[in-house]
Amino acid sequence: MSVLIIAEHDNKSLKPATLNTVAAATQIDADVHLLVVGSECQTVVEQASQVAGVTKVLVADNAVYEHQLAENVSKLIVEIASGYSHILAPATTTGKNTLPRVAALLDVAQLSDVIKVVSPDTFVRPIYAGNAIATFKTTDTVKVLTIRSTGFDPVASDGGNAEREVLSQAIASDRSRFVKEQLAESDRPELTAASVIISGGRGMGNGENFKLLEGVADKLGAAIGASRAAVDAGFVPNDLQVGQTGKTVAPDLYIAVGISGAIQHLAGMKDSKIIVAINKDEEAPIFQVADYGLVADLFDAVPELEKSL
Amino acid sequence: MKILVSVKRVIDYNVKVRVKTDHTAVDLTNVKMSMNPFCEIAVEEAIRLKEKGVASEVVVVSVGSKSCQETLRTALALGADRAIQVETEDGLDSLSVAKLLAKVAKEEAADLVIMGKQAIDSDNNQTGQMVAALLDYPQATFASEVVIENGEAQVTREIDGGLQTLAITLPAVVTTDLRLNEPRFASLPNIMKAKRKPLDVKTPADLGVEIGSNVSIVSVTPPPQRAGGIKVGSVAELVDKLKNEAKVVS
Repeated sequence: MSVLIIAEHDNKSLKPATLNTVAAATQIDADVHLLVVGSECQTVVEQASQVAGVTKVLVADNAVYEHQLAENVSKLIVEIASGYSHILAPATTTGKNTLPRVAALLDVAQLSDVIKVVSPDTFVRPIYAGNAIATFKTTDTVKVLTIRSTGFDPVASDGGNAEREVLSQAIASDRSRFVKEQLAESDRPELTAASVIISGGRGMGNGENFKLLEGVADKLGAAIGASRAAVDAGFVPNDLQVGQTGKTVAPDLYIAVGISGAIQHLAGMKDSKIIVAINKDEEAPIFQVADYGLVADLFDAVPELEKSL
Repeated sequence: MKILVSVKRVIDYNVKVRVKTDHTAVDLTNVKMSMNPFCEIAVEEAIRLKEKGVASEVVVVSVGSKSCQETLRTALALGADRAIQVETEDGLDSLSVAKLLAKVAKEEAADLVIMGKQAIDSDNNQTGQMVAALLDYPQATFASEVVIENGEAQVTREIDGGLQTLAITLPAVVTTDLRLNEPRFASLPNIMKAKRKPLDVKTPADLGVEIGSNVSIVSVTPPPQRAGGIKVGSVAELVDKLKNEAKVVS
């Protein structure tokens, strides 16, 4: 039996979360296939076939798959599912959108946000926003899993030489239509892929003050994040949110500025290697998880930090 | 247009979660329970669509033991018209719940099913998608804006890196993200009125659904604790530590 992985990409390049998912797959079985479904996605196919540990790349390149809508992509996956013991996708918004449909159509469960493979039928995933860690065993004939990237170190993006197989099925999605997309344009790394993140909380006071973080982010090549409190207050858009209801990150360095450290935020960042907290309230719970805590007014400390880097 | 909204009773969002000492589950005894926050947003959206005259009826449904009637009453107090409890044990797996909800949606001939994107207990983020797949309906997950027009829902979705807008033909399933709306609070007169609104109880057998799962829990443990670090006295000391001790800044 083999493992099928749904590659994460935007028709132009293969996204790093795919490499973490391949890492999880190689712990299950040695025969790992990557499905690239998209439109005019040849570069992605090239990149996919180089990924270490991938034995075969399945290519469904057709205009009907341009926006990777869940309705038709899930049907395509179900059509090719026989012969696979496991079907995996990164736990991104794309993977989370599509894979549960696959599981339902196959009449099996889905285990979401897997962070550890114990054995081919036993997996670990956080529940209650990471406040509890659950181990599940499944006897489903096909095991459908989404993989949280922070749980697995990525495999190398090169060194592989997978064979390719073209899939000719063109399944239309007639009741779901793409209208538009507004992607935040930024030179900064994506939150979930960044090795350094600086996040602001309610203590930032307003959205304008987030500019203070940009100076530090520029010097460190960091992504900018935010707590739910900052998002709820309307300072910044929701896609910056780190936490239970936002993104889960685990960078080498996480700098929390003006963030009190609500359980909901900690759930999204507590696996970071080094955590720095800057907060003027020395009782803030964030200091209980911070490797380095600085009790200071952020409006003094952040500009000073920028200068000293 | 008829809207079906599913609601789940979960540990209140402000409660600190504790794992049972025998590591079999999370301890739910004497813990405050509430409506899942994402479900509150789903109820609110449905009521707003009714207030705008887009929807004619809002039906709420919950799957679980008798205690979930409390959650249904809350939804009725917020403005839903009637409620359905599907009587099962608590903590049913997502696929079984999806099968039951799909059946209810079909029986009710709901034009739109609105659900929370995930429940904050099991954090699965899958039931809405499963309901849509079982009914072969289109879906729009993680919604931050919903506009109903000409038999279509135009839904703006929160995706990694930004926003995406899809147009889906009704009947369809929409799952809610945080920024879709800010749920209202129930007023006392509405809480009283909700006690008289209809609440039907059905069983999986009534719906012709066989429930069960091949997934079992091996253990539930507390997460590894992170040891607190040190306080530094100045920005200069912080930078020095990051460069020379943690070596995460060059």
